[in-house]
Parts: sequence; C-alpha cells; structure tokens
Amino acid sequence: MTGIRTEPITINLGPQHPSTHGVFRLRVTFDGEEIIDAEPVFGYLHRGTEKLAETRNYVQIVTLTDRMDYLASMSNNLAYVRTVEKLADIEVPERAQYIRVISAELQRIASHLMATGFLLNDLGALATPLVYCFRERERILDLFEMLCGARITLSYMRPGGVFQDAPEDFWPSLDSLIGDLPHYFDELESLITSNEIVLARTKNVGLLTDEQAIDNSMSGPNLRASGVKWDLRKADPYEIYDRVKFEVPIGAIGDTFDRYLVRILEMRESVKIIEQCLEQIESGPIRANTPFFIRPPAGEAYAAVEGPKGELGFYMVSDGGVAPYRCKVRAPSFINLTPLRDMLKGWKMGDLIIIFGSIDIVLGEVDR
Amino acid sequence: MYGTGIIKGLGITMKNLVLPTRQFNIHQYPNRKASPADLAKLEEKNTISFLFSNPIRSARALVGLETIEERLPQHARFRGEEFAWYDQRCTGCASCAKYCPLGIIKIVTDTSGVNLQEGQSYDIETFDIDIGRCMFCGLCVEACPYDALHMGSGFEEGTYRRSELVIDVERLRKADKKPSTWFRPQLTDKSYDPIKGSEANWDEVGRHEKPTGDQQRDRWAKR
Repeated sequence: MTGIRTEPITINLGPQHPSTHGVFRLRVTFDGEEIIDAEPVFGYLHRGTEKLAETRNYVQIVTLTDRMDYLASMSNNLAYVRTVEKLADIEVPERAQYIRVISAELQRIASHLMATGFLLNDLGALATPLVYCFRERERILDLFEMLCGARITLSYMRPGGVFQDAPEDFWPSLDSLIGDLPHYFDELESLITSNEIVLARTKNVGLLTDEQAIDNSMSGPNLRASGVKWDLRKADPYEIYDRVKFEVPIGAIGDTFDRYLVRILEMRESVKIIEQCLEQIESGPIRANTPFFIRPPAGEAYAAVEGPKGELGFYMVSDGGVAPYRCKVRAPSFINLTPLRDMLKGWKMGDLIIIFGSIDIVLGEVDR
Repeated sequence: MYGTGIIKGLGITMKNLVLPTRQFNIHQYPNRKASPADLAKLEEKNTISFLFSNPIRSARALVGLETIEERLPQHARFRGEEFAWYDQRCTGCASCAKYCPLGIIKIVTDTSGVNLQEGQSYDIETFDIDIGRCMFCGLCVEACPYDALHMGSGFEEGTYRRSELVIDVERLRKADKKPSTWFRPQLTDKSYDPIKGSEANWDEVGRHEKPTGDQQRDRWAKR
C-alpha cells in the first residue's frame, strides 16, 4: 500500500447503535480500515444512583441496585447487602447464605449466557445462537420469578438475609434445571466452539496480555482469559464459598476466543457450585432480626463480590443515620472498559465490534 | 477442514427444528401457535381422528395459522398490579407510604372530632397509589404491620391517560382480592395460588405473625 497517501477519518459509533449494548459512544479514528485511535464516551445512561442512594434508607437502596447491572441483579443485591452487613455488623443465618449463593450463581449463568449470545450476535450470527442462549436463561428467570416474583428487577436480598424462603416447588425445578444445564452447554459448545467462522473471527483477535490486564485493573472473566488466576471467590472467600470446591478456569493468551471460552467454563463451574450447595443446605432461619430502618454506627465499609462481569464492590460511609452519607460503586463494566483503546489499536474495522462485544459490558452499570 | 463445523451446527439446528420434544414453543402474546396435537387435545380427541375429521384446521395448524389462547405460567409470588387491600384491616398508619422508595402512596385519614376508642381505626379518605411510577418492589407490602395490603398478580393495566393509572381508594375497595404470596408466608403455607384460585377474603388470608427462629426452622422441611 505504499505510495497511497491516506488521511485519518474519525467516525462516531453510537450512542444509538445496536452493537454497543446500550447507549455507548465510541469515537474511532481510522486510517483506511485500520483503527489508530478509539475514545469511549459514556454517561448517556447516567441516573445518579450513587446520589439517589444518599436519600434512601438501607433497605430501599436494594431496589436501586437492581437497575445498575440489569442482567445480574442478584449479584448487585449480594454485593450491596454484604456491604451493609459489614457496616452494621449483622450476622447472616446460614440457610440465607446458601440461598444467596445459589441465586447469585444462577444469575452468573444467566449473565454469561447473555454475553455469549450477544458476542455471536455481534459476529453476525443474527438471532439463532442468541435464541439458544435465551432458552436456558428463560428457565433461570422462571426460577427467579418463583423465588421473588420478578424476573429482572429482583430485589430479593435484604441486609441480614433474604426476604422470604424459597417456595417448596422451587427445589424440584432447580434440580431439573441443574440436570439439564450441562447438556445445554454441550450443545452450545458443539454449535460454536468448533465453528470455523467463529474461530477465524475470534482466535488471536483483540489480544490483551496479563500485564496489560492487571495494569488496567481489569477483573472477572476478562482478566482470567488473559491467564491471571484471580477470583474473589477463591482469593477472599465470602458467604460459603470456602465450603464448596470449584476450579477457576483461565484462558491461554487472552484473545476474544479465550474470553468466550472462559465464560462457558465458568458456567460449568457454577453448576458444580449449585450442586454442592444443594447437598449442604439445611433448614433454618433465612433472615436475621434486623429493623427496617437500619442505623449502622458511623464508619465506612467496602465489600466486594465476584460478579459475572468482575469485582463488584460497594463503598459506603455511614454517619449513624438511616441513610448512607456516601455510596460509591466499583462497577466492573466501567473499569473493564479502560484498556479498550489498547485492545482496539491496530485492528480492522470489522474486528471492532467483536472485541468490544467480548468485554461484555452493561451500560446501566457503566454509567450508573 | 473447512465446512465440517458448519454442517455439524446445521445438524443441531435441524434436530431442534424437527424433533417435536425439542421444538421451541412460539409464544405470541396473548395467543400461542398451536399444533394439530394441541387442537386435538383441546377438543379431547385422538390426534389422528382429529386430522381426518378437521382436515382444514389441521392444515392451517401445520403452517402455523391456528392459535389457542394460553397464558404463560405465572408463579404465585408474582408482584403485579391491582393491589389486594383489605379495608377492615387497614388502620391508616401510612407505613406503606413511608417505606415506598418513590413516595407514590398518599394516605389521608379522617380524624375530625372523633374520640377513637381502642380497637377502632381511622376512616381512610384517600389512598392513592400511582402505579404509573410504581416499580413493584413490594416494600409497601413488606412494611404493612397489619397485613392489609398485598401485591396483586395482574399486569394488563394499559390505559390512555396517566391519571387513570392512579389507583384511588374506591378502586382499591372494588378490586379483585387475589393477593400475591409475596412476603406472605401464611398464604404460601396454604398453597394459595392467586392466578388459578378464587378471591380470598380476609379470614382466608389471615394474619402474618412474625415467626421466631425456631418456627422458621420447623416451617420448612429439610430439602
């Protein structure tokens, strides 16, 4: 291509673009077809969740956390209530911890299924693989409806436990789902993992080395795809994760394919965790005796969980009143966007969407 | 080799398309596309005899033109509209209004010149719930100390105007008393189903006593 003088051209991707998973704007500079610069612009979905939290009491904030990462409300609820429990020093009954872990792992499967489905959607396999992923997710959402009466905005957990025990018909449905899920994953993998088009489009595309990933403080499946064995469930076991055995899958080189594969392997591990929880769970109380207006002593607390997208943490400051003085959310989707420019540089226009899609962000959480 | 993966994938797709047990059910709200077997079941006939007796309907069903009315299964704990409110239990304490994260419940009680005796309750003049802004978190139900307010199970309340979405006290009194079992363990214990079941009066709904730890331990059988 020597001899042809090209001029860089800047293109706006989004904010209203179907491949940006929400309202996200990417200002990309191309030289021919090659990306030479990319600048993420966000804030289009900012709702001021952190500020709103200051005007609500500790139970009412649970409803706000549902709306951050709307594909993984359970994990958000878990991260939030754990922070409040740390702040107010509340002991959680054991059965509640098991139910919380079961529902959080179910939510992880649902979220990873969405990520996989939409990655393939971005690859151009319109709708068909997405429907396969949605079929399993639908059953998980049905379980959530059984558990707490809603499918997306769950508000299931409360500081001190969960609001109500699972109905009796929940357990047989969960058992049958757990039996079916590995077969679903096998089917999904035989559709995708050996597909030449997927391999050609994703192998060695969008490389992120382990140093880069740590340097950009990434977390979750994206970090593990780069070969870093870091999982909060192992590194800092919360709830009852120290009582269950599971592997932390890692990727080989940190390309788009690894990020996809790590999610599939993680879903299989989640099924194992739920199976072990079902063996260990015993009857008992499901909620500590907490008042509706919790007044934690003045102080601060940070607690994090391994959400589907990465380390999801809440930092809360209490001044002794019924509402927090300050609430800060460490949103994994937002921080995982940091290395986007490094990942995109040098790749072609056609790779942009899948590299971006493989990070798996939810804009409700990026902007909060 | 190129192509084998694609053929394998197409095989899985075809398997799901052809095998009847693995077919996706296409739900078209509010009706569902029906196969000849579904139609035969509806008329309580054998599928083969239905095919011969109603060839035109069967042919229409095979190409997906016949629909039957069928709702998606809905669970008893579903948090929905048309709150079931029991007038005789409500004291107008406005706990629900206080606990609502959005502040969309408005309660006005009449206290004018009456010396209330113990056991009596205030007359409720206004009880507005603006479900146009409600997010159905159910905290009002959790807050109610007398179990007077329950979530409903409906979700088809589309109206033309926002003002029609404000449920006032008259509408609450007249509404179907089909309480959802959200945060009402006493209804779960009776395995009451608001979707299939009939209306529940106050005696059936009963009072939710806060269970002690031992009761909670006994209530749920070991899994």
